[in-house]
Amino acid sequence: MASESTAGPMPAAIAEAQGMWGYSRAQFVALIILVAALIVGPYFLYPVFLMKLLCFALFACAFNLLIGYVGLLSFGHAAYFGMGGYIAGYTAKAWGFTPEVAVIAGAVIAGLQGWVFGWIAIRRQGIYFAMITLALAQMVYFVCVQAPFTGGEDGIQAIPRGRLLGMFDLNEDMAMYWFVAAVFLAGFLMIHRIIHSPYGQVLKAIRENEPRATSLGYRTDDYKLVAFILSATLAGVAGGVKSLVFGIATLTDVHWSMSGEVVLMTLVGGLGTVFGPVVGAAVIVAMQNYLAEMGAWVTVIQGAIFVTVVLAFRRGLVGEIANLLKVKL
Amino acid sequence: MLELIETITGVPAPLLFGQVLLGLINGAFYAMLSLGLAVIFGLLNIINFTHGAQFMMGAFVAWMLLAWAGLGYWWALILAPLIVGFTGVVIERLMISRLYKLDHLYGLLLTFGIGLIIEGVFRNQFGSSGLPYRIPPELSGAWDLGFMFMPVYRGWVVISSLVVCLATWLVIEKTRLGAYLRAATENAALVQAFGVNVPRMITLTYGAGVALAALGGVLAAPIYSVNPQMGTNLIIVVFAVVVIGGMGSILGSIITGFGLGIVEGLTKVYWPEASATVIFVIMAIVLLTRPAGLFGRA
Repeated sequence: MASESTAGPMPAAIAEAQGMWGYSRAQFVALIILVAALIVGPYFLYPVFLMKLLCFALFACAFNLLIGYVGLLSFGHAAYFGMGGYIAGYTAKAWGFTPEVAVIAGAVIAGLQGWVFGWIAIRRQGIYFAMITLALAQMVYFVCVQAPFTGGEDGIQAIPRGRLLGMFDLNEDMAMYWFVAAVFLAGFLMIHRIIHSPYGQVLKAIRENEPRATSLGYRTDDYKLVAFILSATLAGVAGGVKSLVFGIATLTDVHWSMSGEVVLMTLVGGLGTVFGPVVGAAVIVAMQNYLAEMGAWVTVIQGAIFVTVVLAFRRGLVGEIANLLKVKL
Repeated sequence: MLELIETITGVPAPLLFGQVLLGLINGAFYAMLSLGLAVIFGLLNIINFTHGAQFMMGAFVAWMLLAWAGLGYWWALILAPLIVGFTGVVIERLMISRLYKLDHLYGLLLTFGIGLIIEGVFRNQFGSSGLPYRIPPELSGAWDLGFMFMPVYRGWVVISSLVVCLATWLVIEKTRLGAYLRAATENAALVQAFGVNVPRMITLTYGAGVALAALGGVLAAPIYSVNPQMGTNLIIVVFAVVVIGGMGSILGSIITGFGLGIVEGLTKVYWPEASATVIFVIMAIVLLTRPAGLFGRA
């Protein structure tokens, strides 16, 4: 990997705009609101619903790391999300892993899978990249249909939540909620940290103009691959936590429609915004929850949202708000 | 002769030929769909994610023509592509045409959304279990080829899709219209400066690509049951086919489509468990060795 270029002391204006730890003032306020919502949320809303929301929010944030900051549209992120869920579920159930170890195992396998798939997919750009990631994810889907450990059509059922670190019983929904909230927040902060690191700046340079980044001496493929692995790993964490919350890991989570859903969440919230994927995930999960009895109409509504957002609100909800307030969110 | 084949391949000849034939039929659909994708991509620079839904619409329109209007297979073969192609023209005019100045990924996301809407509407209307569509009497029955029985309809699908693919290739490579099309693919602004109505050509090209998908759907209707998901599962494989072949060459996508269909059929004979994934594995290998695809230009 190319060595980071240090451009000397940062001009005062830039340092101020980036604020503390890379947070602008608006982002800092939004972060406080987010943390406050995490704390009071379970006292107003059903904890299992919130946990589902947080899993998808983390999934969408991981996806946004690629599309928003490297400009790579992965249309197969369900492969990492679903595989993280299967591995976490299997290790927790069959091998008796404690929840944190099971989630880490799922994340590691998803990350390795992301390494291989990323290595293959970054050979092409743009539309081809999307098609390749989709095709590779479909391959994972077929493998999951046939592989013995996934349980095929039945999936893995009755996954125990277990005891965190062998001490704290997570079968209580509130205990599980704090675990999920902590994992989500850690993942969220980590992604923010990655984006605002020197490495993240190079990623943005690649997004804006890859030939120029190459000519500056950056091995762009390496940067893209690392971003892909990080994104896949975090998607695996989200999937692993989700399978522990619900006690099941099924084919739904590796299906292409799940890949489409995470694209939709990120798009609705705002591509390339830090808080957009969280808001987008909240909107889509809430919609699915309240419209569940409408059956296939949910698909139609999702498609209509896709079309509307692409045609009329390409900045997404958070992007539009940020644009109105003239701040970065 | 038959014994020789059986000794060499190690499987009963009817099984081998049967699977190769099935592979050829799948290959016919891969070829027709990837051809449509390539034509659309060439001029519009978008990947038409709605393609699978439009394939499915072709099959459903054939079913509706028969069930509601009493128009049989031969009518459907002409009318369904026209009807579905017309919906494609409307979609292009109303929505896709607004995105040409933006990143191509938005075109992909838009057509994906449109595909979801179409699939959802059909699932609401017809359920997901599938509807039967009978083989027309003229094409039912089977030929005895000596070494196997060949259902007439399957032979018809392979031959007619080959004809359609070659006709498309001829139109693009050998006619004046095709020359305009290729010129606009290279440099649309220049062609427009010569007085060719490029926006209309783009619209009609999209309509034609969609009609090709719908024609595939009509051909598929008697083989697979007509159901709302029939297109989506197929189209993801077709994306892999497109990546393997590269979208630069029309003839290349035809050859790749049929070739991969046969490979898939043979995999079903020798290693059935891998038949669903073999095309994706080939895609990975091709990407590692020839990233631009077998017939593509980098």
